[in-house]
Amino acid sequence: MKPLVLKNARIIDPSRHLDEVGTIIIGDDGRILASGADALNQGHPDGAEIRDAQGLVAAPGLVDARVFVGEPGAEHRETIFSASRAAAAGGVTSFIMMPDTDPVLDDIALIEFVLKTARDKALVNIHPAAALTRGLKGEEMTEIGLLKQAGAVSFTQGRHGLADTQVLRRAMTYAREFGAVISLEARDPYLAVNGVMNEGLFASWLGLAGAPREAELIPLERDLRIAALTKAAYHAAKISVPESVEAIRIARDRGANATCAVSINHLSLNENDIGEYRTFFKLSPPLRTEDDRQALVDALANGTIDIIVSSHDPQDVDTKRLPFGDAADGAIGLETMLAAALRLHHSGQVSLMRLIDAMSTRPAQIFGLDAGTLKPGAKADIALIDIDEPWIVTKDTIQSRSKNTPFEDARFSGRVVSTYVAGCLVHSL
Amino acid sequence: MVFFPHRHLLGIKGLTEQDITFLLDKADEAVKISRQREKKTSTLRGLTQINLFFEASTRTQSSFELAGKRLGADVMSMSVGNSSVKKGETLIDTAMTLNAMRPDVLVVRHSSAGAAALLAQKVACSVVNAGDGQHEHPTQALLDALTIRRAKGKLSRIIVAICGDVLHSRVARSNILLLNAMGARVRVVAPSTLLPSGISQMGVEVFHSMEEGLKDADVVMMLRLQRERMSGSFVPSVREYFHFYGLDAEKLKAAKEDALVMHPGPMNRGVEIASEVADGPQSVIESQVEMGVAVRMAVMEALLISQNQGPRSEGVVA
Repeated sequence: MKPLVLKNARIIDPSRHLDEVGTIIIGDDGRILASGADALNQGHPDGAEIRDAQGLVAAPGLVDARVFVGEPGAEHRETIFSASRAAAAGGVTSFIMMPDTDPVLDDIALIEFVLKTARDKALVNIHPAAALTRGLKGEEMTEIGLLKQAGAVSFTQGRHGLADTQVLRRAMTYAREFGAVISLEARDPYLAVNGVMNEGLFASWLGLAGAPREAELIPLERDLRIAALTKAAYHAAKISVPESVEAIRIARDRGANATCAVSINHLSLNENDIGEYRTFFKLSPPLRTEDDRQALVDALANGTIDIIVSSHDPQDVDTKRLPFGDAADGAIGLETMLAAALRLHHSGQVSLMRLIDAMSTRPAQIFGLDAGTLKPGAKADIALIDIDEPWIVTKDTIQSRSKNTPFEDARFSGRVVSTYVAGCLVHSL
Repeated sequence: MVFFPHRHLLGIKGLTEQDITFLLDKADEAVKISRQREKKTSTLRGLTQINLFFEASTRTQSSFELAGKRLGADVMSMSVGNSSVKKGETLIDTAMTLNAMRPDVLVVRHSSAGAAALLAQKVACSVVNAGDGQHEHPTQALLDALTIRRAKGKLSRIIVAICGDVLHSRVARSNILLLNAMGARVRVVAPSTLLPSGISQMGVEVFHSMEEGLKDADVVMMLRLQRERMSGSFVPSVREYFHFYGLDAEKLKAAKEDALVMHPGPMNRGVEIASEVADGPQSVIESQVEMGVAVRMAVMEALLISQNQGPRSEGVVA
């Protein structure tokens, strides 16, 4: 590729706490040569393409740690390519793909399949997470060492929990030696058995069975105890109530190596958005109350919640156009994560620096990815963002193969203008 | 008021006191028709009513069928047992197929909350909710109200005790909404395991003892307790449930002397209600069945005839 110079951009790089207008110089190897106000001191490479990014924010490309893809097994919902196209449109340059495919990503051959397909077809970097237990059944651990060598960046039960504490303890103990991060969703299978939305008055009037917050809190506290016991790196994949934030904070104080994520949906929406049984708002964990949402936003702002994920989960009409209780959980989010997060910046609740940290630098650190920074030497994965550009989400413009967005017709301020992966333009408005 | 401003009847929620009174007045007229020797009218002549029952029901389905026939509509009933639904066709696909046959009203029962509302978005005709999961069963609440109004002369300020499995009951939800809209005082009496979360904010007084809950009540409305609730650890046994919450002559004494005993059926005798009470002088359970046909006639007429006589409120799903 030709060298590239992005000048006059407002560079926000949380890895260096940098927020200044300057230039990013990208070499012909797709890596950053210099970035910052004084980057042009050494001049720029001969024959470089020069782009004036006046008025735009240049941030390290977003890193989304929780994305479900339909390939292999459900390509009608999403392929690796279509997910990467959606990611590029949302400024996401790397994502971690969940192992809930058919077959489940529990074997090195499948990890290799994903990496090869991604290399051949995807527009962005895709890192597979492997199943922690075979078939996600929660019984026998997978070949954690070999899977990690093959390129799995995390081990998870995906949409499933892990009920057997003995299996969990052994898997965490074993994973620690390989430095593998274990990422789990906390959902008590008994307390939440039929629960399809937040338990409370609203669910009662709708005649829907509710999942109490304790259905998340109890297994989370249990997992955190085992994480402390085993000293493993534990990541709570998706929390939905402030009590969980508190549990993580206490566990950290006790010395557990614990991090946590919140989905953009739980930062943007609450249970009332379900209205008259709108299944695009059916999520797991369920959307909670407005008070919960506000508390999660505060915890994100002060850094107790480490990262934001889109929890992109493509579902087709066959799984969503059903009565609420029978519909599948999940919403797509790769394309709208940034715009929805910018609402928190515009409302003055979370700084731009913290938002980009939570969607790029911090997830890259937690999962050990070569991303999330604009330091010299880093891969030139960059999102150019107009943070004020008004736009409306419509079905026709969605790049994902599935259209189950809870933000249909939502008005946003702020949008990705261009996305670069290793210095190559992969999306442009 | 001479018109009914709704296209569908998906629940009691969204109906005003005037709407409800309109339907009950109409139902009073329908009772007269049903008591004549010549029961058939031509009100809905030429219109088609399809009953789509995804959940087994004898009484509600036959009540809707009879209501349509007495109004002169062509009525067709479909139940899941003999349809393609079992072959994996979705609710929506089934509805679209039926919609293409151009019915004027679709009466739907489904085991999932919100199913009727979902259908209403997809079909061109009126939709009547005949029970959707644990959400609502509006015609049941209307027939209960009609029964009470005819016996007591009014609904406002009367005390109604709804007893039993409120948690799983769509009948209870619709009744709570309707009775509150009409100014009645509503109580629920049940063990806490059978009450939904947030019940105290639903416009009811909550009791856990029949003696206290029934004190001075004008109406005692019993709910069916399904036997599978025992295995779900909601209550320990039939024996214990009947002992504390089953309605027998002794417990009924706490209510007013002329209190009505009601039950939406089908009854579990010896579980939530004793035969001495179900068949006793205060029972209006059979009358409820008669009022059921009348109320459904009123609803059908309101949606298909009266609704068209007034200014249409767009997009009303109530």
